[in-house]
Amino acid sequence: MYWNKTRECMSREELRFHQFQKLKDTIDRVYHNVESYRHKMQQRGIIPEDIKSLEDLKVLPFTTKQDLRDNYPTGLFASPLSEIIRIHASSGTTGKPTVVGYTRRDISNWAELVARCLVMGGGRRDSVVQVSYGYGLFTGGLGFHYGAEKLGAVVIPTSGGNTRRQVMLMKDLKTEILACTPSYALYIAETLEEMGIDRNELHLKTGIFGAEPWTENMRKEIQEKLGIKALDIYGLSEVIGPGVACECGEQKGLHIFEDYFIPEIIDPVTEEPLPPGEKGELVITTIDKEGLPVIRYRTRDITSINYEPCACGRTHARIEKLLGRTDDMLIIRGVNVFPSQIESVLMAAGETEPHYLLIVDRVDNLDSLEVWVEVSEKLFADEVRKLEDVRKKIASDIYTTLGINVNVRLVEPHTIERSEGKAKRVIDKRKM
Amino acid sequence: MFVKQISVFLENKPGRLSEVTRVLSEKNIDISAISIADTTQFGILRMIVNKPEEAVAAIKEAGFPVSTTDVLAVEVADRPGGLNHALQVLRQADVSVEYLYSFIKRNEDKALILFRVEDPQKAVKALEAAGIKLYESNEIASL
Repeated sequence: MYWNKTRECMSREELRFHQFQKLKDTIDRVYHNVESYRHKMQQRGIIPEDIKSLEDLKVLPFTTKQDLRDNYPTGLFASPLSEIIRIHASSGTTGKPTVVGYTRRDISNWAELVARCLVMGGGRRDSVVQVSYGYGLFTGGLGFHYGAEKLGAVVIPTSGGNTRRQVMLMKDLKTEILACTPSYALYIAETLEEMGIDRNELHLKTGIFGAEPWTENMRKEIQEKLGIKALDIYGLSEVIGPGVACECGEQKGLHIFEDYFIPEIIDPVTEEPLPPGEKGELVITTIDKEGLPVIRYRTRDITSINYEPCACGRTHARIEKLLGRTDDMLIIRGVNVFPSQIESVLMAAGETEPHYLLIVDRVDNLDSLEVWVEVSEKLFADEVRKLEDVRKKIASDIYTTLGINVNVRLVEPHTIERSEGKAKRVIDKRKM
Repeated sequence: MFVKQISVFLENKPGRLSEVTRVLSEKNIDISAISIADTTQFGILRMIVNKPEEAVAAIKEAGFPVSTTDVLAVEVADRPGGLNHALQVLRQADVSVEYLYSFIKRNEDKALILFRVEDPQKAVKALEAAGIKLYESNEIASL
């Protein structure tokens, strides 16, 4: 089953033709509407007419998260705000978040993409879809919500949290498709056990899980515990949100919707393109986006690409399950966390040269983040209460900045290993 | 009127406390009162020693966060109700106690209790008015 067979199964030749037309429109759009893109192209002596084939995309400069930050909040928007109907935001590397904007058409296209993903997972008009991604600035909740509505499914917008109530609704309303982070899916499975509910009392068939990396072993565990097929979905707010790529029932790679996005795999160091099958950084150009088109966006995610035909009949290329990053970004319970963000919080708390270590673990299937902070003379107080206040203050400042709960641990000076050059800031104990 | 207390930050892991006592014994420093406030993650070691400056330098050298605090060394009768008397005085004066611990040595039939209070000046006034003896650093050293 397909949501949009014409588009999802078009021949590679047709697809390339479509891509080129759309790419030209996009380049015209950013050149004329976005100062930053025009400036970067002019610096290299490129005008939109120079793009004469899909291959010419390679002459265009990359776009990075730094560009979004430099143009905070809406400097890269290619539509006037009168055309923008929605804003989402993800945490930036320091302080300011990354803001993205959507026109009415963008929202509709995004819903189209998510609807395709739901159909890949067996979704139909009469399916009951439970969206347990967070609703709000995060793209997960609302992205899925609009896609499921477009499909015509029955949407249960539970958002994250209150797991026992989630399970009750899941059982009583006969949810068939569950959309959430993979770690939350495991947490739901455990809650079922606690509540003494057998998985056969549920009607779950498919889970569409994303927003954080997860392994094949985790997939196996989720599938066994919930008795479902677990599909991986990929997306990032800078590109659109969930629905950039998704696994079909074959579970052999994520189809990247090439009628909306042109993927490239590059060597993150030399920035040279890599051939199909080779692992490198995924770079995405959006070719059908109005509010915030991105040209050659460096996702920092590591994968490889496969253009071989898929048994499902879809012609769009597949990317391998994403597991690594080229930068130090951590994904904790679906939230992007850069060590530099924690560092700026500690500096704001009065530590001029903070020595800290982030310990990431997965306890009871939920990601946990522990922040070790060395107690300097300045931080030290003779009273337990004052030290506890220091801990609470740091934890609450991190919560305010990143929206995640952390456990702050005060440690003696020189506990954290010093090394030449880049300090070791992160220990990730999660088994990926 | 006040006595210098040394406070040291200790992580809850084996060997940390003994590292501090090792450093002090090497410098031949005498500990006359000691207590630990502990939490699940860390502890605060508090001590009264005969050579506070030397002790602070040595502990700092060993890499521990250390600070000094003025505390009250209060003499109470070593019999039932002795401590109660001092605490009643503080209560009457509306001074709250942050923490207290006792001295290792005694002075004849007197016990020595170390108090950290919220308002030290007020506490001193109230205790002295009630005829309770407070020790100075040099008196402690000569015990």
